[in-house]
Amino acid sequence: MKTYTNTGSKDTRSGFGDGLTELGKTNDNVVALCADLIGSLKMDDFKKNHPERFFQVGIAEANMIGLAAGLTIGGKIPFTGTFANFSTGRVYDQIRQSVAYSDKNVKICASHAGLTLGEDGATHQILEDIGLMKMLPGMTVINPCDYNQTKAATIAIADHHGPVYLRFGRPKVANFTPEDQTFEIGKALHLQTGTDVTIVATGHLVWEALEAAKTLNDKGISAEVINIHTIKPLDANAIIESVKKTKCIVTAEEHNHLGGLGESIARVLSQHQPTPQEFIATNDTFGESGTPAQLMEKYGLNAEAIVKAAEKVITRK
Amino acid sequence: MASIQHLEDLTTQVRRDILRMVHKVNSGHPGGSLGCAEFLVALYDEIMDRKEGFDMDGIGEDLFFLSNGHISPVFYSVLSRTGYFPVEELNTFRLINTRLQGHPTTHEGLPGVRIASGSLGQGLSVALGAAQAKKLNGCKHIVYSLHGDGEMQEGQNWEAIMYASAKKVDNIIATIDLNGQQIDGSTDDVLPMGSFRAKFEAFGWTVIDIEEGNNIEAILKGMAEAKSLTGQGKPVCVLLKTVMGNGVDFMMHTHAWHGKAPNDEQLAIGLEQNPETLGDY
Repeated sequence: MKTYTNTGSKDTRSGFGDGLTELGKTNDNVVALCADLIGSLKMDDFKKNHPERFFQVGIAEANMIGLAAGLTIGGKIPFTGTFANFSTGRVYDQIRQSVAYSDKNVKICASHAGLTLGEDGATHQILEDIGLMKMLPGMTVINPCDYNQTKAATIAIADHHGPVYLRFGRPKVANFTPEDQTFEIGKALHLQTGTDVTIVATGHLVWEALEAAKTLNDKGISAEVINIHTIKPLDANAIIESVKKTKCIVTAEEHNHLGGLGESIARVLSQHQPTPQEFIATNDTFGESGTPAQLMEKYGLNAEAIVKAAEKVITRK
Repeated sequence: MASIQHLEDLTTQVRRDILRMVHKVNSGHPGGSLGCAEFLVALYDEIMDRKEGFDMDGIGEDLFFLSNGHISPVFYSVLSRTGYFPVEELNTFRLINTRLQGHPTTHEGLPGVRIASGSLGQGLSVALGAAQAKKLNGCKHIVYSLHGDGEMQEGQNWEAIMYASAKKVDNIIATIDLNGQQIDGSTDDVLPMGSFRAKFEAFGWTVIDIEEGNNIEAILKGMAEAKSLTGQGKPVCVLLKTVMGNGVDFMMHTHAWHGKAPNDEQLAIGLEQNPETLGDY
């Protein structure tokens, strides 16, 4: 087994902020907009360094999405920043018509996604955003796993023409992606090679999948672990090839099982390689207040839950 | 400068286009289209400084954004008759595989269209973003936009109106088509909005009235005044009083023709009231 080391826990939102800082230096066309959450999104540096390219829009997300669409007309590459809930559900029609249908080069950058927002509770925890965004034709959907990968993804999406939804979070989580790893949109990353079960994870669940693979290994089960940082376009081939070998799969995400990564994979597999699948995801429910760790345990989104799901799916081969 | 007579002839021809387009497919929105014919003709044929051809970024030229996308018939007619695409293509309005979708879109690559619109209330934000991009690019040209009065019931407009003055976006002229009608009746019956002038002024905009919004000379005079007020730290709003269905007597002063096409007999009457000037498509 490969060993992955946590080089120091960090929040993925800081990866976004630091990636944006880099872009500020390297790409004059990058502009940033924020709806009264500069500190939460870690956009302070960009604002300080490039005040003329930074737009504080106030608590008005619909206007922010429209402004971003307009700024692309003239060659700018706008990055919008607010919480995932206010980045998607609140402004769905603005994104649909002014960004996606109009094919505008807007990067919708969403922090505090999923349960790990924690104590603020369900009004601020969105578990439906991947579904909302992946349904939009032409939208690229990315959910990186740690600080380094979020930073690399932020930098990479500036060079990709077209609308992107970049999803990240608030808590400090293990940082294990190599600092110099370039981010390739739509390219799955094999983190462990295994033969008994495939575990495909996205976002914060990738580290949990690696922890689960260690436990499974101790139990004599060989798990293949794949990091799907890009949910759309999905690297279907990587998943199909893996399950041809392992014959079963567990998908893991901090999202509702309806509309999430697991469903995207189930569609691919039912068409090309029917395979028993277990879903680590929330079960059509809203979140609630609590610490991130408490919530991930209560809703079954941790390494322990992945281990159980792997053991179960193996019996279904 | 184009003569007033030429602009009036062009307007008459645009009215014919509108009637024939919606009649052919028995769908579309003639009422609001007819009401804005003079304004869009004046804007595209006289007021705006436009480059030859079309590129999305529009650097070095004035831009226009149509927020109330349902008046696509007048938009398409004016775009084609000012050189963006062949007038014959008006024949394809709302047909399968057309670039002239029911509501305007960039999706089919129709020259002249820079944003999809139809779901209401989004165009002002987009126009403001484009205006701010112009400032970043050091481009001195103006961004124009058009909005329905009923459309102002959408909340996003007021986010954008608040933002524009706060950020001193003074290279935009947003025009509100005050025809007093919306689908379910008069705006005063559906949801009275009070004084647009008072509202815009309270939000920090400069406001110009064009009382005769179907009179070419009045439009030219009012828009020249609006343009003279740009670049002074405040966004500019034009309140354009129009008559829905203007130029076709039985369609005027009513919301009945908001989204309804004329039948054969009604078309014939409408065309008789607007004789061919520059040649039908």
